[in-house]
Amino acid sequence: MINDLYQETILDHSKRPRNFRLLEDANRKAEGYNPLCGDKCAVFLKESNGVIDKVTFQGAGCAISTASASLMTEVLKGKTIADAEALLGKFHDLLTTDQPLPKDLGKLAVFSGVREFPARVKCATLAWHALRAALRGGGEAVSTE
Amino acid sequence: MPAATSLDVTAIREDFPILAQQVHGKPLVYLDNAATSQKPKCVVEALTHFYLMDNANIHRGVHQLSERSTKAYDAARAKVRRFLNAAEAREIIFVRGATEGINLVAQTYGRTHVGAGDEVVISALEHHSNIVPWQMLCEEKGAALRVIPINDRGEVEFDQFEKLLNRRTRLVAVSHVSNALGTINPVREIVKSAHGWNVPVLIDGAQAVPHMRVDVRNLDCDFYVFSGHKVFGPTGIGVLYGREKLLEDMPPYQGGGDMIRSVTFEKTTYNELPYKFEAGTPDIAGVIGLGAAIDYLDQIGMDAVAAHEHDLLEYGTTELESISGLRLIGTAREKAGVLSFVIDGVHPHDAGTILDREGVAVRTGHHCAQPVMDRFGVSATTRASLAFYNTREEIDALVAGIHKVKEVFGV
Repeated sequence: MINDLYQETILDHSKRPRNFRLLEDANRKAEGYNPLCGDKCAVFLKESNGVIDKVTFQGAGCAISTASASLMTEVLKGKTIADAEALLGKFHDLLTTDQPLPKDLGKLAVFSGVREFPARVKCATLAWHALRAALRGGGEAVSTE
Repeated sequence: MPAATSLDVTAIREDFPILAQQVHGKPLVYLDNAATSQKPKCVVEALTHFYLMDNANIHRGVHQLSERSTKAYDAARAKVRRFLNAAEAREIIFVRGATEGINLVAQTYGRTHVGAGDEVVISALEHHSNIVPWQMLCEEKGAALRVIPINDRGEVEFDQFEKLLNRRTRLVAVSHVSNALGTINPVREIVKSAHGWNVPVLIDGAQAVPHMRVDVRNLDCDFYVFSGHKVFGPTGIGVLYGREKLLEDMPPYQGGGDMIRSVTFEKTTYNELPYKFEAGTPDIAGVIGLGAAIDYLDQIGMDAVAAHEHDLLEYGTTELESISGLRLIGTAREKAGVLSFVIDGVHPHDAGTILDREGVAVRTGHHCAQPVMDRFGVSATTRASLAFYNTREEIDALVAGIHKVKEVFGV
């Protein structure tokens, strides 16, 4: 059971997060904050003509939130903003519904185990909350609460 | 290995049916007592009996049920007085919890005695509930909040505290036991020093009352607060003890029924203590349930509770310190009830989830004490917190669970 949550890919990304840096030429950014645990995640995007060219993140959090942010940056690269919004919705469904796994999630499917751990859904969605704020502008820190 | 104390924990656990269950297929090991404690059957039965047989409003009706509920309510206040060794039952004010008790003092005593340029002293160990009400007061009045620093063990630096006291100090508010680290503060000495400046002291006893005998007259404190649910009573009820002279001079907290003697549209005369501070119908069942919890603790004896928990804490400290990569946060020489720790390479939330799957319930996070976390350079800890019904076998289960955490994370 516990290994369904802490799959190899998740442990790997939590220990060696990808795209874990400030993005100097970002033109969109936002911060996510989970006040319950103090986890923070800043997401930086370089977007041109509706396409995400680069995406990075910074922050401190648990294995689930760090791996989720890391994998998010990998899957978003080269996606259009519309694709990113759609993926965000599918990822949320993956975590919070008991419907069959959404298709086309690619690597993100490793988070399917989070369903069985409702207390950890907010960890997995923290970076995605920040992404949504970055895509929709505002620039203020967003909270999971 | 059996505990080296006289407490019959096997018999005691029979009184707590909730403990005899499995979670995720493993025996429940409940080590989140600092968040809330479990309730013995007698407390639940007192609540049930009240609602099934005696329910009526207090201090109002002339009828039989109202007489019964009033009697039970007043009897509970007398039990709390005895439990804290307060001089008078009217010094015991029922509130919703420790948080409301602190807010009551901040909003009544605080607002009448703290002015621009004055100072309120707290410690770096405080729970948010003993920080924010004073920040709000200081902001409103233009006063300054001064903070007693702590050392690397998580103990207040007493000499620094004495330096903070001055002629502008209006109140000192400190925890008796730290919720995040378990440090027992030298509250008697703190009171003595503060009184040297004629400064009253509020003690947040939420984490002390479940673990040790508390005597407010021996401590000589001016206010003492605690929460019922952390001392094996119901949620929603708590206690503010206040020195009679101070309570008499304080304005009321909330207006309403029960707190008045007479009301006209021109002038209201306030009721005597303790009713002046208990506006509206109180949590009657909660008060009666708290009384039952105190009866239960009286039977066991707080000295036996303290001795048993001391043994568990010593045992747990030794066991946890032997785990490589684990660091205890909070190693005060005087501690009660708490083992807070971090594991290299593992975030506390992940540790908490894995421990849960092993049946071990702990708290992870900042424990509503973010300044304490900042002081130790961590964002969160895993906290195992004890009660008298815990056993050495449960400490062993915690240790086994931590090894499982390390195995999952390969550290």
